[in-house]
This record gives sequence, C-alpha cells and structure tokens, in this order.
Amino acid sequence: MSGPSKNTTPKASVRRRPGLFRTAWRFGRTKVGVALTALIVLIAVLGPFVAPYTPTEFVAKPYETGVDGALFGGDNLGRDVLTRFMWGGWTLLLLAGSAAAVGVAAGTVVGIIAGYRRGWVDDVLMRTNDVLLAFPQLIAALLVMSIIGPKVWLIVAVIAVSHMPRVARVIREATRKVIEQDYVKAAEAIGLPRWRIMTVEILPNVTSPLLVELGLRLTYSIGVVAVLGFLGMGLQPPTADWGLMINENRQGMAVQPWAVALPVTAIAVLTVGANLITDGLSRAAIGIDRGVEK
Amino acid sequence: MTENEHTENTDTGSAATGGAARSGEAVLVVDGLTVIGRPSDVEIISGVSITVKRGEILGLVGESGSGKTTLGLSLLAHCKRATEITGGQVRVGGQDLAGLDEKGVRRLRGRAVAYIPQSPASALNPALRLGVQLREALHDDSLSEQDVLGRVREVLREVALPDDDAFLRRYPHQLSGGQQQRVAIAMAFVGRPEVIVLDEPTTGLDVTTQAHVLETIRAMTRDYGTAGVYISHDMAVVADLADEIAVMYQGEVVERGRAAEVLSDPRHAYTRKLLLAVPLLRTSGHEEAEPEEEPLLRVSGLTAGYGRTKVLEGIDVSVSRGECVALLGESGSGKTTLSRSVAGLHHQFTGEVLFDGDRLATSSYRRTAAQRRRVQYVFQNPYEALNPRKRVREQILGPYRHLVGRPEDPDAVVAESLERAALPASYADRFPEQLSGGERQRVCIARAVATDPALLVCDEITSALDVSVQAEIVKLLHGLQEQGMALLFVTHNIALVSNIADRVAILNKGEIVEYGPVGQVMSAPEHEYTRALIADTPDFELSFPGAQERLGLAEEERAVEG
Repeated sequence: MSGPSKNTTPKASVRRRPGLFRTAWRFGRTKVGVALTALIVLIAVLGPFVAPYTPTEFVAKPYETGVDGALFGGDNLGRDVLTRFMWGGWTLLLLAGSAAAVGVAAGTVVGIIAGYRRGWVDDVLMRTNDVLLAFPQLIAALLVMSIIGPKVWLIVAVIAVSHMPRVARVIREATRKVIEQDYVKAAEAIGLPRWRIMTVEILPNVTSPLLVELGLRLTYSIGVVAVLGFLGMGLQPPTADWGLMINENRQGMAVQPWAVALPVTAIAVLTVGANLITDGLSRAAIGIDRGVEK
Repeated sequence: MTENEHTENTDTGSAATGGAARSGEAVLVVDGLTVIGRPSDVEIISGVSITVKRGEILGLVGESGSGKTTLGLSLLAHCKRATEITGGQVRVGGQDLAGLDEKGVRRLRGRAVAYIPQSPASALNPALRLGVQLREALHDDSLSEQDVLGRVREVLREVALPDDDAFLRRYPHQLSGGQQQRVAIAMAFVGRPEVIVLDEPTTGLDVTTQAHVLETIRAMTRDYGTAGVYISHDMAVVADLADEIAVMYQGEVVERGRAAEVLSDPRHAYTRKLLLAVPLLRTSGHEEAEPEEEPLLRVSGLTAGYGRTKVLEGIDVSVSRGECVALLGESGSGKTTLSRSVAGLHHQFTGEVLFDGDRLATSSYRRTAAQRRRVQYVFQNPYEALNPRKRVREQILGPYRHLVGRPEDPDAVVAESLERAALPASYADRFPEQLSGGERQRVCIARAVATDPALLVCDEITSALDVSVQAEIVKLLHGLQEQGMALLFVTHNIALVSNIADRVAILNKGEIVEYGPVGQVMSAPEHEYTRALIADTPDFELSFPGAQERLGLAEEERAVEG
C-alpha cells in the first residue's frame, strides 16, 4: 500500500495488508507463469497414467512418422515418442525440485546462522561459500559426475551444493536487516535460546526473499538437470527423460522433429513459467519487505 | 470559515527590508484546499482554509495522520506519491500555486515558499559541501557569483553559524544535529521566501538545541517579514512560538484563532485534549518518597562502553519496589546503554548490578530464568519491537511460555495482560500492522507485564509517539506503578520526568551529574546542566477554565471519539 493511505486512516485499519502470494497474484505475469507451469507439471505428473504404451515398448520403426496409434511417431529405436514424452517429465521435475529445495534449505540455514552469529562463524561460513562460488555450476557438476559416475542422488547433491552459497548470501543480508530490529533484542533480553530466535523470530521475516530464491533456484535446477541429461551425465537409458530424449533423437531431427521438439518445448515453457512466477514474487516482495513503516 | 482577507501584494522581492513595516498583510492564503489520496479517493485534507500574515507564525497542530504534513507540502504545491490537489487555492503573495504548472511552481519554490523538513540529516545531501548546497538553494541567475557568496555568508551569520570558507567546505556529516538544522534553516531563508513551511523541525533535537533553533526561527521570520507555518504535534512548542494556532483533526481544521485565545479558551474538545496531554513541568508539590533499606535494583560503580570508547563512568543508581526512577539525559548521554546493561542486552560493562540482592550477569543468557522474568524491557520504537509475522496473542504468549511455563488457560493470560495495558482482549488476534503506534506500544507493555515482572525498564517509550498518546501511556505506567511495579524510566523529556518519577538521575556525557528526589531536583537544581535543561523546556501553562482537573482527561477522550 502506498504512503498516503496510512495518513488517511488515523484509526488503524483492521484489514491486513495482502500477503506475498496475494500481492504477486495481482500481476498478470504471475497468472501467466502459473498457467504455463501448471500445464507442464500436469503433463509430467499425469502423463505416465494416461500414456498409450509403456516407455520401452517398440511400436514403430526408428524415426518413423505417420504411424497408426502413435501420434508423434517413433524415436531413434522405434519407441512411441508421445509415451516417452509423457513419462520423461516427472524425473526432471523431481530432480530439479529436490535439488532446489535442498539447496535453498541448506543456504537458508547457513545464511541465517552467518548473519545472526557474526564473528568467526560468519567468516568461516561465508569464506567457504566464496570457495564454492568459484566453481561454475555446470562445470562442477560435470567434474563430479565424470569422476564418481552418474547417480541420481549425486545429481541432486551437486546441484544443491552449487545453489547453497548463492542462497546463503541473499539470506544473510536479509537476516542482517531483521536482527537490527528490536523484536530480536526483546527475545534476547528474555533469554530465548539462539536457535529459537533464528527459527521463530528471524526465519518468518525472511520468507519473502526466500520464496524468490526458491523460484530462481528451481529455474536454474531445471536447466542444469536437463543439460546433464542431454550430456549423458544424468539419467541413463533406457529411462525416459526429457534431457536424454533430446540427446538420443537429435541425429534424426530432420526426419522426426517431434522427438526433440516436444521435450525442448516443455522445458522452455516450464522455465519461462517458473521465471514469471519468480518475477511476480520478487516484485511483490519489494513492496512487502520495506521493513517497518513509520 | 474563512473570510478571504487577502490583499493584493504587488512587491514580492524585497521582503527583508520592508517586512516589519507592512506586517498585518496576509502573505499566505489557503482557501478551501482539498487533497485526495489515490486510488481510494479518500480526502486526506478537506476544505482547509488558513491565512498567515507577514512576520507571523501559524502553528499547525494535530496528531500523526491528521493531514498536517500533507497540508504543509501542498503549500509548496508538492504532493506526495498518489495524492492530488483536487480543489481550492494556495495563494502566496497573490499568486495561486495550485493552478501553476510544474515549471512555474519550481521557479517559486525556494523563493516564494521554502520548506524545512523534520530530519535535517536526511534533508541535506551527504555528498555535497555545505557551500554548494546553500548556493544551489538560492538558484538566482541574475546574481553574480560574488553576490551569491555574500548572501550565503550573510544568512549563515544570521543563523549563528560560522561563515568562513572552512565551514562552507564542510560536509553535512561533520555537523551536529542542531547545526544541520540551522543549515537547513539557512537554506530555506537564503532566497528570502515569502512563506516558510517548517515540518516539525525540532522533533529530533534535544531541548537545549530545540530552544536555540526555535529562537532562530522566531527571529528570522520577524526580521525577514516571512510568514511561517510551523507544523507540530506538540502544543508546548507551538504555544511558545506561534502567533496563531490552527488545530487539525482528521483532515480538517477544527479550531483556528490567535494563540492566546486558543490556549486560554479552547472551543473544540480535541484542542482541549491536545492541551491536556502536554506534560507540565512541575517544579513543586512533589511528595517525598521514603528510601528503602534494600532497594530492588542497585547499580554501583558501573562503567560501560563500546570497544575502547567509554560511554558511562561510575554510575550509581538504585530503584526501590514500587518506585519510578527516571534517567534523564540528552542523546549521546549514555542513558540507553545504561538501561540495556540492566536488561542484559549490553555486555561490555564492569561494576556491580544487584537485583533483589543477587548479582546480575552481563549477558541475559547467563542470568537465571527468574531474573529474566522479573526484569522486563520496553523498547523505544514500537514499530520495530514487535515481530510483524506474529499475532498479538503470540507476542504475549511467547515470552510467557519461555519464562513462566505453559499456561493452563492461555486466553486468560493474554486477556489479563492486554487489560493491564488498557487494551481490549479482542486485540489478541491482530497483527502489529493493524495497530497504531500507541496501540503497539501498549502491546509491548502487555508483553512485558505478562510475566509479572518486578522491574520494568522503559527506554524512551514515548518518544516515537504523539504527545496525546504519550499522556495515555504515562497514565498506564502510573497505574502499573501503583500495583507495586518498579520503573526505570529513561527519557530526555524533563517535563515528563517531573510528572512521573519519584527520583531522578540526570546523565550528562556518561556521568550522573545530579541524583535525588524529583521534588528536590526540580525545585532546587544544584548542577548548572540541570538548570539549563529546566530553563530550555518550553514554558507552558494551562490557562483555560477546568484545566486543573486533569483527571477529567478520560471523559474528554470519549467526547472526541464519540
């Protein structure tokens, strides 16, 4: 709400200011983003249940199009493209989602501790972060994958670790602002344990940047997981996976474009959708986290 | 309400020379001014009419949210974001500002109308030297470089600041708060404006500095023949300064008249409420409190600092049960450091702090649960002291659960502490953003008294609030004290101290210069610093009939609200 309204209402208005989600929902971009993301998520989640075949069933000749019963034809081995497309989404979403969630959670913990405890704790945590930041996300992932070998948990772990320092930096700054406020000192004065102060007093007040970070990290995760799949460092054949599909079918792109176009479009739409939501959230957060109004 | 007594003003340039001679002529005429807020279209000020004569000061009084700042800004034809002037005129020296375009208005700002904001620290550009800023404020192309510099030096001398080159080369951060405000005044007067708008220019200043700044403003408006509009929520300051008073309430001028008349015979109930809210400096009639054998809190030989800087030295204070001890001092005197040391929030101190016979550790974390429960702290700024994500109920129950234990009936605990802070139990479900400043501070007090403390440390708890709200909070504290609670009341307001405290310790530059029963200190101050503080407090006396019955305040409130 803008400045003058607080002057017009001497008796404090009893209505609450709309929260982050509701403010974000007012932007058209958020609505578009939610629609796009929901579409892809729906395909990925419901796909396996409605797919006409199993993902490893041979229904056509390699790169054959115009087959009866296979709308988008066959892939490089003659499996149904539509079926594999419907099966290949949830792995990507799951990997990207869990990588983003783990990374943001770890980054939040590190950020709040570093911001609140200051001193040597802050120094150790943040300098370690700096070291991690020095590795480019994708290169680090490729390095680890090629040494240890492509494993699902490793994909999640590597992406999460690469997110952590970036999230930690943002949350640390937000924490620094919050701990200047007197309600944190009030909690210290009554001797509330430090971990309780961090979870009860600080965490709820950094949720706005936290949600924005979550959206942003999710977008990056989708990209990295897809790229790893494409480079053969992600999920291994014969699993149906969008990244893998692009890799497997790129040689036949001229004769059978669907096998590449479908996963590429899906990833693009998902990324754009997630980005639009994040954008809406961050715009709403600017209005909300102005801190105290005087 | 207004009779358009505006006379055509032909000469707009040389106000300084002929001002005194032509006093009596209206320079600023505001007629039926209406400002609305977008997009709600609520009228922030509705149909306000005021007139100010040359060389006079109009005091514009009202509480926060009454629209006084919006009115002040619209006198410069400036609107805050999402506000708009929709009706009425602002005539300065015969020219209607509201009707001019942006370019025309800009030409008149600083020359015809000037503005002195509340906080000089944020009004001055920290990156520019004072000389540059002052020259900028003059923005008159017809003058030569030499004339401009001469004028700048002249105005600096008039506000009692040095006018040498070394001073002009300084940056704002190299000045004290009072000096910064003087520079802001100089900037406003450098273009010899017809009208000057002062938006609570002394709120952030100490009484001594405030007295000097007010004196400067008074003298400058007289000498220049400028019409001044002084915006404030403090009747005492306005009574001291203004020739005419306009009282604003919810966007309307509810009372307007000569200062003496308004003060001696207030017509509107709201005006009476504002007048009654001002704490009077009581220099006599204090009852002597009997000092206890073993005080509840005894601070002896306390020395505190930040890093290598010493802020407090050799402090001895004691607070008995059911007693209110005031720590009085200006900003930077170390009074907040002292109160925070008592609360266990400031750790760097040496010396002895005994509470109920036991030594208090420097950090609250090393104190026993009982000690933390029995010493509670109320913060200065209620806008920062409540977690915005928690309902009032949780704000109160959080400390209670931690210090007392899980309550059998949480609703009763919340309702009782809210009641002790004079708030209805229905407030428990609200979030801080749904409360006004005064209500927030009451919630802070409710949170503190929920655990049934023996000592309440109040750190300037009224300084962020309007005078009228302050009176209510003080009344509340009185009630708590009568229930047996000891108060350590930190403030810079000596009038407040004379009304609430039993004993007072006067802090100056980290040392206690005077300490004793409040009656003795107020009537026969021994230290010259105390004498200066008393002398610099604005003289204010209630002179209208019925003012003596200050206890009738509660009825007045209802009359205003009803």
